[in-house]
Amino acid sequence: MAYDTGAIAWMITSTALVLMMTPAVGFFYGGMLKKNSMLSMLGQSLIIMGVVTIIWVVFGFSLAFGADTGGLIGNLDFFLMNGIGVFSEPPALLWFPATIPPLLYMLFQATFAIITVALIIGGIAERMKLAAITVFLAIWTALIYIPVAHWVWGGGWIFQMGALDFAGGTVVHITAGVTVLAATLVIGKRLSKTNGCTEEPAHNIPFVVLGGALLWIGWFGFNGGSALGANEIAVNAVVVTTISAAVAGVVWGLISYLHLGRTSVLGMITGAVVGLVAITPASGFVDTNGAMVIGTIAPMISYGAIQLRKRLGFDDALDVWACHGMGGTFGAIATGFLATSAVNPAVVSQGLLYGGGIDLLVKQLIAVGAVWAFVFVVVFVMMKVMVAVWPKWRISKEEERIGVDIVQHGENAYS
Amino acid sequence: MKKIEAVIRHEKLNQVKAALEAIDISGMTVQEVRGRGEQKGLEFINRAGKYRVDLLPKMLVTIVVPDEKADAIVDALIQGARTGEIGDGKIFISQVERCIRIRTGEEGDEAL
Repeated sequence: MAYDTGAIAWMITSTALVLMMTPAVGFFYGGMLKKNSMLSMLGQSLIIMGVVTIIWVVFGFSLAFGADTGGLIGNLDFFLMNGIGVFSEPPALLWFPATIPPLLYMLFQATFAIITVALIIGGIAERMKLAAITVFLAIWTALIYIPVAHWVWGGGWIFQMGALDFAGGTVVHITAGVTVLAATLVIGKRLSKTNGCTEEPAHNIPFVVLGGALLWIGWFGFNGGSALGANEIAVNAVVVTTISAAVAGVVWGLISYLHLGRTSVLGMITGAVVGLVAITPASGFVDTNGAMVIGTIAPMISYGAIQLRKRLGFDDALDVWACHGMGGTFGAIATGFLATSAVNPAVVSQGLLYGGGIDLLVKQLIAVGAVWAFVFVVVFVMMKVMVAVWPKWRISKEEERIGVDIVQHGENAYS
Repeated sequence: MKKIEAVIRHEKLNQVKAALEAIDISGMTVQEVRGRGEQKGLEFINRAGKYRVDLLPKMLVTIVVPDEKADAIVDALIQGARTGEIGDGKIFISQVERCIRIRTGEEGDEAL
């Protein structure tokens, strides 16, 4: 089988870019925590890169992207990479690209599973034992990520229904964000968030900007690679991605200036990431005007969601729900308004603002609602079970004071 | 003049500040420090056995005030910093010989 060399070159590049996003998340998150938690974010990123890769290669990819079973899950045809080779023909399944070897498609999708799991760690940071985090995230990969990836990309019911999610508004950002919402409601607050205690500000904003900038670069592969080839759709995706991030970073800075009188650097890089999140589901379907609309509105929604989180008082440490959950929700719904076949012939019904009626919007809303409900319920139950059967899931108050780096890793980020 | 130095828990700084403001004490110097008391840090047990974190992160609050205010400040510090558990910290009080305000050259209680 002769594959397209241009497509292979771009997809290897994209895979590497998306893989880079996971340690980047470690820096992005670690910088926002206190200095005694910096290593925990980097360490957990590394653990996730290992554990999720193993799950993916053994059975995860097969259950997500194997032939559909009742719209809900794939099968085990590709168990241990059976039939997924470098020279093998792509399986005769609609969602497999014809231009690259299935083995490369597998690894590209593996990096998505890894980064999605890594997004969760910032929300639940600084209170769970490392063993509890690892077990939770491994089970989460199997119970949440794999089914939802199948529903949306692997031929499942959302795929069949025709809802659009180019690079993971539902699969990646809503799943991670809603997971943190449900999980933090069960596991409770950290010491620094309990009555009257002194809050710990971000200890290293340069690391946050470094991580955020690497995320932005990585997103070229995340959204651009989701075209699954070196083609016009990939070009559109990287262009609208950068427009949305650029606009959203400035809008967040402006909101911060209007609300607090000063333009937060942490805010601007957060805004850029929110712009990236929100454009993710739309990046293969909207034009540059659509990107500017998404980049303008997304930071307003996430900024508002952060204020709401503060009022409701659940301890989502790094606002994963507000930024990823709500950003992804907005992006997925916005796709129903802004999708246009002018950038991608795969858009069969235009978005509402492009004359397509409400058909696509309704499908987007169904997909968003279903993923929200599924993730919230399953994670809430998972956490309730964990708390009930694993009394030692939480670190002690003394350990929390000293910091998870020294307690869980025996090392300090700074001597 | 007395110098009052209090070693407190990190998360108690806000409550200590609030307790001091309630008695009109606003000036203070705050440092992040590491240290240990009688217990020589804290001992934990993990699967490989015991390990010790022998220097624990704390906050050091330093306040210099006229003699007569010292007792009220000690009460406020205790009220803000106490949890009742081991590791709440200590307060040290010492005599200060001179105090000079750099801007004006004033000395003594007026310079505080």
